[in-house]
Amino acid sequence: MASLALPLPGRRAFRPGGSWIIPPAAVLGALFFYPLALILGESFAGGKGAATLLNYASVLTSVQFASALWHTVVIALLATAGCLALGLVLSLILAFIPFPGSRVLARVIDTFIALPTFLMALAFTFIYGTAGILNASLMQALHLGLPPLDFLYSQWGVILAEVTVYTPFVMRPLLAAFSLVERAEIEIASSLGAGAFRIMRQIILPAAVPALLAGGSLCLLLTTNEFGIVLFIGAKGVVTLPLLIYTKAIQEFDYTSACVLAVINVCLSLSLYSLYRATLSWFGGRSAGLV
Amino acid sequence: MAEAVLGHPAAAPGLSVPFIGPDAARRGIGYEGIAVAYKGTIVLADFTLAVRPGEIMALIGPSGSGKTTALRVTAGFVRPLRGRVHIGGRDVTDLPPYARSIGMVVQNYALFPHMPAYENVAFGLRARGAQEATIREQVAACLRMVGMESFAKRYPRELSGGQQQRVAIARALAIRPEVLLLDEPLSALDAQIRLTMLEELSRLHRSLPTLTVIYVTHDQTEALTLADRIGIMRDGRLVALGDCQGLYRRPPNRFAAEFLGRANLLPVTVEAEDAASGLARVRFGAASLMVRRNPEATAGQAALLCIRPHDLRLEPPGPSANSLAASVSEVRWKGDLHDIGFEIGGHRLRLTAAPLRTPPEAGALVNCYFAPEDATLIPEERRG
Repeated sequence: MASLALPLPGRRAFRPGGSWIIPPAAVLGALFFYPLALILGESFAGGKGAATLLNYASVLTSVQFASALWHTVVIALLATAGCLALGLVLSLILAFIPFPGSRVLARVIDTFIALPTFLMALAFTFIYGTAGILNASLMQALHLGLPPLDFLYSQWGVILAEVTVYTPFVMRPLLAAFSLVERAEIEIASSLGAGAFRIMRQIILPAAVPALLAGGSLCLLLTTNEFGIVLFIGAKGVVTLPLLIYTKAIQEFDYTSACVLAVINVCLSLSLYSLYRATLSWFGGRSAGLV
Repeated sequence: MAEAVLGHPAAAPGLSVPFIGPDAARRGIGYEGIAVAYKGTIVLADFTLAVRPGEIMALIGPSGSGKTTALRVTAGFVRPLRGRVHIGGRDVTDLPPYARSIGMVVQNYALFPHMPAYENVAFGLRARGAQEATIREQVAACLRMVGMESFAKRYPRELSGGQQQRVAIARALAIRPEVLLLDEPLSALDAQIRLTMLEELSRLHRSLPTLTVIYVTHDQTEALTLADRIGIMRDGRLVALGDCQGLYRRPPNRFAAEFLGRANLLPVTVEAEDAASGLARVRFGAASLMVRRNPEATAGQAALLCIRPHDLRLEPPGPSANSLAASVSEVRWKGDLHDIGFEIGGHRLRLTAAPLRTPPEAGALVNCYFAPEDATLIPEERRG
C-alpha cells in the first residue's frame, strides 16, 4: 500500500506549498473578516478615535436591548421546542407507521429547507392574516363582523412561522437516526413484552437523542438569528436582536449601536454554534454524519 | 445450579414472571396449513408441522425458502393468510408476540445499544412488571448460565460478537419462554466461535430440557450438530422432514439429498426388489448394483441413486460391495481428508476419505466401491 504514495518515476510529486493558503485567506478576509473587523472597531469607537466600552454600557443598559434580547430568547426557545415536538411526532409517523405516499411526504417536508424563510411568512399572511383565507372563511361561516383569529401579528405568529420553517431541520437528522434503529430491536422488544410506549421511550428515543440535540441546537441557532420572518410578519411590539440591528442601522442611522448589537448577536450565535458542534462531538461521528 | 432459578415453566413455577403452566409446556408447537403472502406472492405455502416439546427443530433451506417467515409467524411478527399456530396447546395465531411465551435471538443479536448487558437481559422482565428482586435473581441466573455474569455492566459495543450472542440468548431466556426462536444466530460469527457457540447452545438445551427450540439456518452443519429433527424448506414449502441421521442417510428427494450434505446422484433404473433382504437391484449403464430398497421406487421405475462422498471407497468395504470403474479427474488434499473427483459414464462423483498414504493420480483408472446399505434410492417422480 505504501508504494501507492510514491511519485511515479520521472514525474515531480505535487507538494502544495504554504502560499496556497493566500487565495482562500484573501477571499475570506475581504468578504468576512474585514467587514467583521469594521463592525467590531465601530462598536468600540469613541470620540477622537479612542476605543471605549461606553457604547456597550449604553446598549446593554437600554430597555430596547433588554426587550429585544427577551423576545429573541423567548421566540427562539419556544420555536425550537415546537420544532422538536412537531419534528419528533412527524418523524415517528413517517419512520414507523408506513402509509402510502409517506416517502413523498418526507421529501416534500425536506424541500422546506430550501425555501426562503420570508416565503412562509407571506404564505401565513394569506392563510392566517386578518384578510386571509381562514379568517374570511370563518367570518362567512359564522357571520362575524370581525376576523376571529388575530394571532399572526403577535409573538405567536412569529413562533408558528418559525416552527413551520425550521421543523424539517429537526426531522432530517431524526429520520436518519430512526433509519438506523433496527427493526429487529423493536420486534425483540415487542416479543419480550414491551408495549408501543415503552418501545418508543426505551428503544427509539435513546437512539434519537443525538439527532434531537443536534437538530434542536441548529434550530436554536437559526431561530435566534431569524430576521425575515420577524420583519415580514411585522408583529406588534415584537423586536428581536436582528430586527433591532436593522432598525438602528437603517432607520435610525445609529451605526455604533447597531455594531454593538451585531457583535453581541455574533457572540450569541457563536456560543450556540459551539453548543451545536459540541453536541455532535459528544455523540460521536455516527450522528455527526447525519446532520 | 442456574436452571433451578432460570429454569423453565415446569422447573421453577414459583417465580412471579408470567408463564404458561407446565401442562401447556408439554405440547410443543403446531403449525396447521400456514400460508403467508407478501404483496401477492406466496412465501410460505401450506406449512404444516408439529414440533415436540423440548425438541430442537432446525429449519434449513436456501435464501427465500420461507424458513425465516415460518419463524416470524411463530413469533407473531407476520400474520398468516391462512392456517393456525399453536404453542403449548394454545392457539396463538391472533395473539401479539409478547403473549406467545417466546424468546427470540436474531442474526445480528439486536441488543439494545444504549443499555448495558444487565439491562438488556432485564428488559423483558421489567416490561412484564416483574418485581425488582425477581429481576435481579433472574438476570444474574441467566447471565451466569451463558457465562456472562462478569460482563453485566458492559455495553453491547464493548462486547465481542460471541459475547453479544450470549447476552442475546440470556435476554431471550430471562422471561422463561416455552419456545426459543433462533434465527441464524451464529451466521455473524467467525468459524471458530461458531463451533464453540454450537457446543454452548447444545449444553444450554441440555440444562433446559423442556425448552422447545426452532433453529433457522442455512448451515447444514449447525442443523446436523444441534437439531433433533430437521425440516428442509424450498420455495415456501416444507419438502423434507425427519430426524437428522435418517434425513441425511435416506433423503426423500433430490433437493434434500443435495442440500443436506454433499451427495453423488446417479440416474438408475430399478430392476428388481427383494423385500426380505431390504435390497433392490438397479442398473446404471452396464453396471448392475445392489442398493437399499425404497418402497416408493418399484421395479421398472427410474430413480436416483444417492451415495454420500464418504460412503464411496477405493477398497471394497465388504464382500457384497458394489463396484464402479471410474476415471480420477482431480485429487485434493484438505488437511484432515482427501477429496477425490471421479468421472463415471459422464457423471461426476466425489469421494472423501481420511488422508491416503498413496492417493490415486488424476487420469488414473480405479474402481470405486460402496456397500448396498450406504446407497439410497430416490424415486424419480419426487425429484426436488
